[in-house]
Amino acid sequence: MLSWLVPQASTSARDIDWLFALILLTVGFWFVVAQAVLFTFIFRFRRRPGVSAAYVTGERKEEKRWISRPHALVIVCDVVLITGAILTWKAVKQDLPPADERVRIIAQQWAWVFVHPGPDGKLDTDDDVRTVNDLHVKVDTTYHFELTSRDVVHSFSVPAFRLKQDAVPGRMVTGWFRPTRLGTYDVQCAEICGIGHALMPARLTVETAAEHTAWYQSRSAQGG
Amino acid sequence: MTRAAEFHVPLATRRSATGIPTGRLALWWVLASEIVIFGGLLASYVMFRLHHPHWAEEASHTNVWAGGFNTFVLLTSSLFAVLGHQAAEHGDGTRAARFLKLTVLGGLVFLGVKTVEWSGEISHGFTIYRDLFWTFYYTATGLHGLHVIAGMIVLWLVARDAGRGKNLHRVELIGIYWHFVDAVWIFLFPLFYIAR
Amino acid sequence: MAEADAQSFWSRYLFSTDHKIIGLQYLFTGMFMGLVGAFLAYVFRMQLAFPGAHVPLYGVVTPLQYNALVTNHGAIMIFWVAMPILIAGLGNYLIPLMLGCDDMVFPRLNRLSYQIFFLSAVLILVSLFVPGGGFGGAWTAYPPLSASAQYNHTPWGAPLWLIAVALEFVAFLLGGINFITTVMNARAPGMGPLQIPIFVWMVVIASVVFMASVGPLVAGAIMLLFDQLLGTHFYDPKAGGDPLLWQHLFWFFGHPEVYVVLLPALGIVAEVITVFARKKLFAYKTILYTSFATGIISFFVWAHHQFVAGIDPRMAHLFTITTLIISIPIAEMTFAFIATLYGGSIELRTPMLWALAFIAEFLIGGVTGIFLGANATDIYLHDSYFVVAHFHYTFFPIAVIAGFAAITFWFPKMFGRHMNETLGKIHFWGTIIPFNFVFIPLFVLGAAGEHRRIYSYEHFSQLFTPGLQNLRVLATVALVVMLLFQFVFLYNFVRSWIAGEKAEPNPWRANTLEWAAPSPPPHGNFAEMPTVYRGPYEYSVPGRPLDYWPQHLPS
Repeated sequence: MLSWLVPQASTSARDIDWLFALILLTVGFWFVVAQAVLFTFIFRFRRRPGVSAAYVTGERKEEKRWISRPHALVIVCDVVLITGAILTWKAVKQDLPPADERVRIIAQQWAWVFVHPGPDGKLDTDDDVRTVNDLHVKVDTTYHFELTSRDVVHSFSVPAFRLKQDAVPGRMVTGWFRPTRLGTYDVQCAEICGIGHALMPARLTVETAAEHTAWYQSRSAQGG
Repeated sequence: MTRAAEFHVPLATRRSATGIPTGRLALWWVLASEIVIFGGLLASYVMFRLHHPHWAEEASHTNVWAGGFNTFVLLTSSLFAVLGHQAAEHGDGTRAARFLKLTVLGGLVFLGVKTVEWSGEISHGFTIYRDLFWTFYYTATGLHGLHVIAGMIVLWLVARDAGRGKNLHRVELIGIYWHFVDAVWIFLFPLFYIAR
Repeated sequence: MAEADAQSFWSRYLFSTDHKIIGLQYLFTGMFMGLVGAFLAYVFRMQLAFPGAHVPLYGVVTPLQYNALVTNHGAIMIFWVAMPILIAGLGNYLIPLMLGCDDMVFPRLNRLSYQIFFLSAVLILVSLFVPGGGFGGAWTAYPPLSASAQYNHTPWGAPLWLIAVALEFVAFLLGGINFITTVMNARAPGMGPLQIPIFVWMVVIASVVFMASVGPLVAGAIMLLFDQLLGTHFYDPKAGGDPLLWQHLFWFFGHPEVYVVLLPALGIVAEVITVFARKKLFAYKTILYTSFATGIISFFVWAHHQFVAGIDPRMAHLFTITTLIISIPIAEMTFAFIATLYGGSIELRTPMLWALAFIAEFLIGGVTGIFLGANATDIYLHDSYFVVAHFHYTFFPIAVIAGFAAITFWFPKMFGRHMNETLGKIHFWGTIIPFNFVFIPLFVLGAAGEHRRIYSYEHFSQLFTPGLQNLRVLATVALVVMLLFQFVFLYNFVRSWIAGEKAEPNPWRANTLEWAAPSPPPHGNFAEMPTVYRGPYEYSVPGRPLDYWPQHLPS
């Protein structure tokens, strides 16, 4: 359902949208039932002359059932949702699928520096390409990213990928993504990082392998 | 400033539904809130310590003998606080006051040793900026030192009252507080001086 | 003559040790700070709806100011509005009355706690006007941003903000100790643990939870202050420190804090719905136990704020489970509240409208929390407007809706006069309807990927679309409408205080002891100290001519 609002451009996006829909349906059901009961009671038991209220302590077993039975159902729903959440988290975050490519992301006040590995596929070699606020990746390719920050805590967020990871100074966090849809998407900083927090937009371009090579060559021609 | 004289003592202060005197009850809650403050600080320190093996080297520059002597001083002063409480229980305010003043003296000795220690360390370059170990060292012992000072001031006030036979029940309360200050030091000493 | 009067005013209202005066001082300070917090919200919402425009009564918002606005809006609304109104204000006013005694057990400590709180409120206001402006690192104050002026550019604002927050903690620690010991020791004869009104229980549990959770953060705040002022490196990774330490200490406090303010709000709702439904509270003991459970579980959920902060991914499962477990006691409590209405004789007076609205609106806040507690969806929704909308659907019912329920309910007790019912209802609908129009759009914006604390979306092509911008304008317009309706309340409050219809001691025919005292209660509260004979919720007991049975009447 999230895909109505924001493009679904990675494998994780698909998984997370599934969990979102599962939660929405479950809690939506509870929400509607609870509100319906609440408003029914308010209407049904409104004050009427000559009718006095019942005396119910709620301490007797058969009365407690009114709340313990729905309550048992809530627990069942909790178990379902926890299971869904754990499976999805494992798939999108905990398990790292083997990498086809690597990219390094360095956050700073107030820009994103991206280090692309170049044709040899390795970082920290002469053919690396460094860009500012401009990340280029190949479609249907599994990327591992290494994320860090030079100063304060930032957060690397690509809504179209449903990807978010804090960039913490002094730590190198590894994560992954696999783009599935061509196009250019917004990168945002999701953790307040000072005056320029709103001025850290970067673009993420998902392109075919051929386009990617062409982009790389045009960058090299400019001198990296 | 006659407000204290006008102050009407409410009935609430004299009730005791639990059977425990209100002052002691409140003191336990004060200590509970202090325990989580020191607990947070020391837990942070321990987490760092586990990740920084080189702190053992830094810790070896602390003066174990001074720390050990101070531990002895604090324990002795706590003993005086207990004796003071005992005297107060028997209604002997003068004797209680004398013991409380000895407790204050213990605090003074503690702070004196601390001052010598700190100035020695600072003059040898082990300042608060040298390493995170020393930042924790000065923060934790400093915070403890502030508690010692606060305890001494209250001890002195309670002793003055006790000497005049007033508010003898407070002798016990300040004694409990002083034991707490002592107990915190019992944690600080091994964590910062001994563990290498 | 004039001097004597001035002196009595001075000692009677400003330096009083009477719990009722102190309670009202907290209440009024909280309401004033509420206006300040609301004004800050108005300014930054205007900036979001009309980026770069001149905001009436303020001017053009710069990025640095924007950060300070959102930071202080959050901090003020939680620490200087929700806490003083719900816990300190109503707690101080009501606890001794509900317990049937004449004051707190430490009246002078009580006054001291208010004075420290007042000082903290002055400091936070001053911090907005110092050179460099107010602190702008969010109410969560993550270092290294918060730790160094080199990063946050507020050399004065940041430490002042931190000192103000720390002083506020001290005030509430002192107040909490006073509340707990008062409830333990100063209850009227005959009042056992199960005869204590739920509101009092909730304030006590909240005080204990606050005390146990805030300690580590006090230690953390000392460390942060040292980093700011002395230049130490507790949170600086370049010198061996760790920024995540603060996040753990902060959220170990920050999440229980939600329950610290939620529990008293639930207590208020329990008091109001039993009176206006003329019903005994459904399963008093269950509600009590679920509150204990909530308080305890709230200590084991903090890292759900840090799913994407770089913690070990395996830890996230644990915190997802604990977070969803907390839905168990809260759901049970909500069911018990709804069950209380069953078989009732419900009269929709203004306080009851607020109390019922609390249940209806808080449900939205409760169910949307599941999206954020579930680790995988939180990756996407973390720090988005979905979060903002979610916690406003919890905090707004807590601080504002329950706050108005309490003020309208206890107003006759506090001031001996009734509030105007028609104006009360106009204010109710004028607040509740726009409230939903403010925050439902924010859910949509958050789900569309809009991140919070960004002063303008002009640089984000996917977010600066006409459709989404219209939603921002809608939220802002609804906010302005809602704020305008608050003047109805202020007018009603002042007018009723001066010239409202006189109230008798027990206008709602309620059971709890505060209604046994005159309205307003004099110094000392009760003409004759009450003795308690039964629980607080004996409404509509069969075989009695009256449908209520006050706690202090002998059988």
